[in-house]
Amino acid sequence: MRFAATHKAAHARTEQIILFRCSTQVFAISSASVQEVRSVDTLAGSPVEINESTLPKVRHMFRRGEQNLYVVNGALHFGLRPSPASLIFLLRKSRTALLIDGIEKMTTMTRLQALPAAFCHEERLWYRGLTVLDQSVIPVVSHEGFLTPDELFLLDALVSRMGVPETPVASGMGLGL
Amino acid sequence: MSTVEQYDARSCVLLRLGERRFALAAEQIAELVAPSRVFRFAHRTTEIDGVILRRGRVVPVCDVAERLTGKKLTSRRFYLVATQKRGASLDWVALPVSGECELITADLTPAGESDSPHVAAWLSHDGEVIEVLNLDALTPVPGERVSLAHSGSPEAHA
Repeated sequence: MRFAATHKAAHARTEQIILFRCSTQVFAISSASVQEVRSVDTLAGSPVEINESTLPKVRHMFRRGEQNLYVVNGALHFGLRPSPASLIFLLRKSRTALLIDGIEKMTTMTRLQALPAAFCHEERLWYRGLTVLDQSVIPVVSHEGFLTPDELFLLDALVSRMGVPETPVASGMGLGL
Repeated sequence: MSTVEQYDARSCVLLRLGERRFALAAEQIAELVAPSRVFRFAHRTTEIDGVILRRGRVVPVCDVAERLTGKKLTSRRFYLVATQKRGASLDWVALPVSGECELITADLTPAGESDSPHVAAWLSHDGEVIEVLNLDALTPVPGERVSLAHSGSPEAHA
């Protein structure tokens, strides 16, 4: 599934979002932040396994063009019980790919409320805010909140030490990206 | 208390947490509401239980009973929705309480240096000496440095 670059709704104050599941929880992400959705099966065999003990949420990377893309396990990122992931979001303008359990639906949000100030830890990086859909509160994730610049630097250094080949693997290893 | 000094009579709301009663300045109280669905999502602020929806606003639920009494509340009868000034903005926080709340007027005695930070003042009511709570000392403080190190951080609370 490939998404168009922009998702401007007719109403200026609405935003198209994807509701997705990680472990037992539902999250939302702006559809404009998601470049592609792929099945994990289409990545089979191509990702390079990496093992950085301080970042257990990242177990794989792959190269796309000139960039290393790091696969973040959504459940581990949010501190939830690990669960079998079936889909992967390739995030736009990001070096992060996100492993998720599944997509619930695509919908539109009309209002994004700021995360209350009482939430004062990592969730402030994780979320753009909260939205209310069908009388439920759904956190809207920030596509920049999955890996910090420091974490990317750490992973790049690790991959560099591992000597991962610079050749793009996308088409050559069945990714078809 | 080292300093014995009386404030003017102030309106306070008495709240019950298990066996004990505490007070909050009435001007900090927005409303008292019946328990409603608590929405929980992944986060790492251990003091926050989740959020409730109130008048279209997302209000964090902060159970202060364990910190004040050493025991978690076994039943939540109401949420006392209080306000806190955070710079220019006014935040709401819902405090679960286990019994009826009462609006009273009482003379307050300011807290002394030896009192816990959560004590803003003291009042006497019905022969009972009651702590007037300093909410800022009981609820998470925004602006705490966000830890970027994931290892060793607490489990997310979902």
